[in-house]
Amino acid sequence: MSDREVMIVAEVQEGRIADVSLELIGKGADLASKLGARVSAVIAGEGVSSLAQDAVAHGCDVVCVADRPELADYCTTSYAAVVCHFVNTRSPEVVIYGATPQGRDLAPRVASKLKAGLTADCTGLDIGDWKDPATKKEYKNLLLQTRPAFGGSIIATIVCPDARPQMSTVREGVMIMGESDPSRTGEVVEFDGEIPADLLTTKVLDRKTEAKRVNLKGANIVVSGGMGVGSRDDFKLIHRLAKALGGVVGASRAAVDSGFIEKDHQVGQTGTTVRPKLYIAAGISGSIQHQAGMHESSCIIAINIDPEAPIFHLAHYGIVGDLKEVVPRMIEAAKASGG
Amino acid sequence: MPYNLVVLAKQVPDTENITGEAMKEDGTVNRGALPAIFNPEDLLALEMALSLRDTYGGRISVITMGPPAAAELLRDSLYHGADEVLLLSDIKFAGADTLATSVVLAEAVRKLGDFDVVLCGSQAIDGDTAQVGPQTADKLDVPQITYVESIELSGKTVTARRAIPGGYETVQAALPVLVTVHGTAPSARPAGAKRLMRFKKAKTAAEAGDDASALEPKGLLLRQWGMADLGLEEERCGKKGSPTSVVKIQSVVLAKTDTKDIKPTDDGIRGLLDELREEHIL
Repeated sequence: MSDREVMIVAEVQEGRIADVSLELIGKGADLASKLGARVSAVIAGEGVSSLAQDAVAHGCDVVCVADRPELADYCTTSYAAVVCHFVNTRSPEVVIYGATPQGRDLAPRVASKLKAGLTADCTGLDIGDWKDPATKKEYKNLLLQTRPAFGGSIIATIVCPDARPQMSTVREGVMIMGESDPSRTGEVVEFDGEIPADLLTTKVLDRKTEAKRVNLKGANIVVSGGMGVGSRDDFKLIHRLAKALGGVVGASRAAVDSGFIEKDHQVGQTGTTVRPKLYIAAGISGSIQHQAGMHESSCIIAINIDPEAPIFHLAHYGIVGDLKEVVPRMIEAAKASGG
Repeated sequence: MPYNLVVLAKQVPDTENITGEAMKEDGTVNRGALPAIFNPEDLLALEMALSLRDTYGGRISVITMGPPAAAELLRDSLYHGADEVLLLSDIKFAGADTLATSVVLAEAVRKLGDFDVVLCGSQAIDGDTAQVGPQTADKLDVPQITYVESIELSGKTVTARRAIPGGYETVQAALPVLVTVHGTAPSARPAGAKRLMRFKKAKTAAEAGDDASALEPKGLLLRQWGMADLGLEEERCGKKGSPTSVVKIQSVVLAKTDTKDIKPTDDGIRGLLDELREEHIL
């Protein structure tokens, strides 16, 4: 088999491989087939050996496992040492991380150690050729990394022509998770390096989290409210419409910043990217940051009092009017037909 | 005990409020029309440094890398209360990606002298990479704590509360340390009026021209370092020191969809829902 390799640095959340990492294993397999490479995953933590088969089932050929008590809590420097160890011993051409808070903490530290190129928050990865216009040098089979910048107003394509590995963090939910095939088999490589005590530079004293209350990513119907809703109290209208339609509540950044609703409901560039069958934007003007997170929805309904609001540019149905009148009518119409 | 605090800050185009006015006819954003501002999370980092100095005493240095016009950010830092400021500007720094930027910033921090806490925003709103903080921490060989909302110092130990998905965690590390400050940290205090009056005349040597020698004794000459001052090789800076290259930029075009107008009446909305059911959207 080829010794070329595409490596995914997997993240463990609540004792299982994070969805984003499984999405990336699927994407990694796609890139690997174009490169004639195999796909590996790095899994670090305590008691994580049992997760290797899940990575294999999703498409990994090799799983690099560092299962050590000192890795029980995530620490940038110790995890970076583990990733560097596997990169140095296996020399993958491409290394991909989820653009989660942990991935975005870890990847730049590793990039700095390896002097590797790193592109943050990619929304697209592909393999392709590139000719440097300055040196006329031609490069074959580079990782083409696309990402939004300038608040989502541009999409940049970035390559890393010479340094290896080529590294990216990739946004959650933009790659499609492949089917799991429990009958697949793969190789497991155990971490045999050292984790000296001076690499454990941070100690977690306390952690408080609440279970995620919203599942925007998987929702078929999303009803979002913006500044136009006016207050946290009036945001109840959005909750009621979502309930009447069997949907999930979303929000614009402005609504979140104004305290109308919690941040985990935020749709957009810095929130969640959604692709529901139906997206209703009520009182949302439609900044480019918001549009970046919802423009792929199959059907978009915009409700806004301002007929010039940019959201109407991408809406399939536009309702110009006061949402405090329109939304109750919609709730009634939804209930009337048992919908 | 007093601490040496270093804030890394960046001047950025205001990309957070792109509305209709900044849009061009063809549906793309006119980036040149966006005003240059203090990167919002870097301003929170400066505030965190100011409140640390209030509590424990110490000294705050603000460093920015950028074109000569970034001197404005340094004046702004002085208005807010910084003790000293430093502009890293050199044509050789141009085209730097995050790695090459971290090389320059780390070298400048080191050259300024002993430090206890380096603070910067988690990310800048133009690139949104969140990479420069961790890369600088690695170059300085110090621990990093990212997404920090508040910190306390005690002797040679830092205890920080950091935002994590759905909550927070409290993390401890030994000084020196680099922290990146999250958007949920306390907002910046306003600039001081007296400091504004005093420092609005502060200039870099390039801005001051012949007046530079007159500004220096008044403490109004803004320090500027280039590649040679930092003793860096050209291969590690700017475009040459950057492993990544941008090969294509596409402006996002907000395509106009055919929008069907629905009347905001009972009949209009009932009709819409009926149509959605027929299309199996509902």
